[in-house]
Amino acid sequence: MKLPIYLDNHSTTPCDPRVVEVMLPYFTEKFGNSASRNHSFGWEVEEGVEQARKQIAHLIGADAKEIIFTSGATESDNLALQGIVAMYREKGDHIITSSTEHRAVIDTAKYLEKKGVTVTFLPVDKAGMVSPDDVRNAITDKTILISVMLANNEIGTINPIAEIGKVAKEKGIIFHCDATQGVGKIPVNVQEMGIDLMSFSAHKIYGPKGIGALYVRRRAPRVRLEPMIYGGGHERGMRSGTLPVPLIVGFGKAAELCEQEMATESARMAKMRDRLQEGIMGAMEEVYLNGHPTERLPGNLNISFAYVEGEALLMGVKEIALSSGSACTSATLEPSYVLRALGVGSDLAHSSIRFGLGRFNTDEEIEYTIDRMLKAVTHLREMSPLYEMAKEGIDLKNVQWAAH
Amino acid sequence: MAYSEKVIDHYNNPRNVGSFKKDDDGVGTGIVGAPECGDVMKLQIKVENETIVDAKFKTFGCGSAIASSSLATEWLKGKSVEEAQKIKNTDIVEELNLPPVKIHCSVLAEDAIKAALGDYQKKADEKNPKVEEAAASS
Repeated sequence: MKLPIYLDNHSTTPCDPRVVEVMLPYFTEKFGNSASRNHSFGWEVEEGVEQARKQIAHLIGADAKEIIFTSGATESDNLALQGIVAMYREKGDHIITSSTEHRAVIDTAKYLEKKGVTVTFLPVDKAGMVSPDDVRNAITDKTILISVMLANNEIGTINPIAEIGKVAKEKGIIFHCDATQGVGKIPVNVQEMGIDLMSFSAHKIYGPKGIGALYVRRRAPRVRLEPMIYGGGHERGMRSGTLPVPLIVGFGKAAELCEQEMATESARMAKMRDRLQEGIMGAMEEVYLNGHPTERLPGNLNISFAYVEGEALLMGVKEIALSSGSACTSATLEPSYVLRALGVGSDLAHSSIRFGLGRFNTDEEIEYTIDRMLKAVTHLREMSPLYEMAKEGIDLKNVQWAAH
Repeated sequence: MAYSEKVIDHYNNPRNVGSFKKDDDGVGTGIVGAPECGDVMKLQIKVENETIVDAKFKTFGCGSAIASSSLATEWLKGKSVEEAQKIKNTDIVEELNLPPVKIHCSVLAEDAIKAALGDYQKKADEKNPKVEEAAASS
């Protein structure tokens, strides 16, 4: 086993070597501009791009023409929200989203709020799920867009997207789904789920960084968008700019591999994750699972270790790449807004660790991680005044803290 | 974020982790911070003849908070109560090479030192009524 161990696959994933292999010729021999219609250099790369478009569309049950390439899921989210608002502003000025969305959606929605759009940020339940009934009840005659994520990037909770899609369809409202964490990991079908717009990216599915897609439905209904980037009219005019062909070809291959291996990979991942969960939670008191117990991404595990601060814990296992909801790891000094939205107290939000399993993790790495986590938590609890007080029977909630 | 070697050393080998009985003679206890903020420090000193003969800490917080309080206990030992008052958070920042986002850890450590000294003083005053008063009544 090699150290360090990478268990931060929600953040990004390594490129699969099989992906890199198909990309390489497109840097040197096949370097043409896919928009060059008059020579073979253009034709051969256009073929590569269209092949990738098909591979990506197939993974999500879409038509190849409905895939718009962008620089990544953040741009796709921006284009979906801003593009819809700009296009349909005359129809209405209300959008509905949820409080645990990725920042790319939340911050775009807040920007639109400043521009006069009304935004409803729906709450989530204790497991982090959006209720389709809440979506229905939030709809007004001014609503032009519903945007709800497929799976959360911190807690892995999978939203009832098909049901929300049904509500959107019933009311004739465009439905955008940020599916960045779910695509390639769990089955996604834009038809069955009633999705009109969907954001996702390559680097979360073992493809290259710098390339993403926005699925834009072409019929029933035909969704139109005001572009954010103007120029040569690429991507059906919705996103101009010369296509980064090597990245697109890699994205296509990555999508194809995910589709082929999804059934076996997700089962293997869930088994490793369950072992990790059991190995930690079965061996230690006062550890809490964040997110949904079952409706969760197979590679996700988010746990709060009471009386221990997350960043200190990461420092104790620094040969393992993990992420924490602790404020100390963020620039804002606020603990995770996702955990706070579930009703997790600030203290436990500071104590949370996210494990993100991926294609290249092994059972051996999981066993090593369990062992290291138990030791690090024990080490830190021994020096935690909160643990000592709790052991003495003091209720920490009744203590008058000198907040600073 | 990359930690300085000194922070890592204090994290891996924290000095003087533990607790004294709060009610023991000469013990001063300072608890500062709040769990909601992600930092709680408990710092204790044991004083004999106005000299800090021992110090202990327990900290809930990031590596820099742990290192700041561990370092504080090292510095407190052997100092007189008066000298201990002079420990500044900036000294801790300098010694541990803390980055700007971690300066609040050193501030918390200074607060903990002040709180422990204050608690010691309060207990000492309660036990030995003011010297002036004693002098006046005799």
